[in-house]
Amino acid sequence: MTTSRAYYWMVLPALLLFLVFHTVPVLQGFYYSLTDSPGYGSYGFVGLRNYANLFRDDRILDAYLFTFRFAVVATVLTNALALAVALGLNARIGFRTALRGIFFIPNVLAILIIGYIFNYLFANSLPAIAQALGITALSTNILADPGLAWLGIVAVATWQAAAFNIIIYLAGLQTISDDVREAATIDGAGAWRQFRSIVFPLIAPFFTINMVLSLKNFLQVFDHIVALTNGGPGTATTSVSLLIYSGGLEGGEYAYQTANAVVYFLVIVAVSAFQLRVLQRREMSA
Amino acid sequence: MLSRSVNPWLTALMAACAMTVLVPLYFTVVTALKQPAELAGAGFDLPADPQWGNFATAWRLTDYPRAALNSALITVGAVILTLLTNSLVAYAIARNLHRRLFKGLYFYFVSALFVPFPIIMLPVIKQTALLGLDNQLGLILLYVVYGLAFNIFLYVGYIKSIPRALEEAARTDGAGTWTVFWKVIFPLLAPMNATVGILTFLWAWNDFLLPLVVLSSPSARTLPLVQYVFQSQFATDYTTAFASYLMALAPALLVYLLAQRWVISGVLRGAIK
Repeated sequence: MTTSRAYYWMVLPALLLFLVFHTVPVLQGFYYSLTDSPGYGSYGFVGLRNYANLFRDDRILDAYLFTFRFAVVATVLTNALALAVALGLNARIGFRTALRGIFFIPNVLAILIIGYIFNYLFANSLPAIAQALGITALSTNILADPGLAWLGIVAVATWQAAAFNIIIYLAGLQTISDDVREAATIDGAGAWRQFRSIVFPLIAPFFTINMVLSLKNFLQVFDHIVALTNGGPGTATTSVSLLIYSGGLEGGEYAYQTANAVVYFLVIVAVSAFQLRVLQRREMSA
Repeated sequence: MLSRSVNPWLTALMAACAMTVLVPLYFTVVTALKQPAELAGAGFDLPADPQWGNFATAWRLTDYPRAALNSALITVGAVILTLLTNSLVAYAIARNLHRRLFKGLYFYFVSALFVPFPIIMLPVIKQTALLGLDNQLGLILLYVVYGLAFNIFLYVGYIKSIPRALEEAARTDGAGTWTVFWKVIFPLLAPMNATVGILTFLWAWNDFLLPLVVLSSPSARTLPLVQYVFQSQFATDYTTAFASYLMALAPALLVYLLAQRWVISGVLRGAIK
């Protein structure tokens, strides 16, 4: 009896803190989303009006479009590059440990600070190099171009996130025994064929983890944007997270942006669940 | 036999790819050591006369010791408290998963993984301000509490694989549940503790959004937050800015260089669990 009482005491403080700092804010969020609170002072209950307005607001629509376009492209690019680098690291190369160590570096660096460094590179170094080489498309700051700025954010996000995915793919590749690949080579399977029919199916679970985590993280993009464009030029690179932050805290739209956050939460859960299902089904059939 | 030998072309190609990681870091170092007049052009050349004074300027301007101390305090506090508490909670849950209450608790904590921070951000700001936790202590508490979701998932999976026979031997010797945890289980959790410690360290040290919205006093600012706050003052003074960035990145880089194998294997264990 005393044993089980000890177990209750072990979880009770954590449960209380979690209730106070996580569950209560979630419920408060839902509650405020039904009001017209500007974040301070008195407010009234407005039902679902905030939600109805969200769907008519071009700013919100643009933020979702940008966030999805960015997240999908960055997820695909990050995973394609990470898989290619992991395959290279797993092949018969020299200095493997040192190279693996280098590729992982971006994962330990603060995204915000990396963003500031790349901000300077995009604004000054890249145009200087492009002018010297006569590439007119890159001879100006791409972050100042409403049509191209998002690609700069994709580049920095990919640079930083690939580090983590490379390590995961490499761990997956190392679970494949040499015998399997040797047998395939003896059977006359070429490199691409081996990858398609043997290697990729065997690392499919790692692919699933990486795709789901990458997309979930990229959909919440914030630090990169603060450091690179702060949502601009204009509102060309305003992500949903940034809009919730700036509108909710500085724009007097506390209740409205809380409603936006609720919708955003549902979108992220739906996307993750959908992705998990599709990718796991493919794992089965592969 | 032939396939065992090193492929020099592929090695060269991979080394070239690794340059995409190293070149921006090299650029940061040389820019931090230049004079403003040297900044024209692409900027990849070495500084003519290394300006070590840039670091001193950045140090004074951003009050580096204070920001570094805040970051260190918050990170170390979050790591230690997370290791001590999250493992304990996970132990109680893992050993009682057959009971409906504890199984429910498990899913309750883990489900928080799907809640994006922006949905709780605005209410949490009000709450921490109300409770007087808009400071370093509050931030430590939030990292410990928000870490529960993922850490309980990691720890419970690991604890389930520890045979109960080890605990029962201690129990027959008269040890209570608390003693069993601290004397028998906690030492056995070492590999998972390393993983949770490293992940918490990287999160708390590099985080920007939570310090941005929670901390109210300028004297509590962390290293990333200081870079953000000083952007407007850096605006025309890029060499000082880069010296400041480099000093902010250096501690994490140094820790990684010293404990590289450990960090990578720790992160791996967390992802593949």
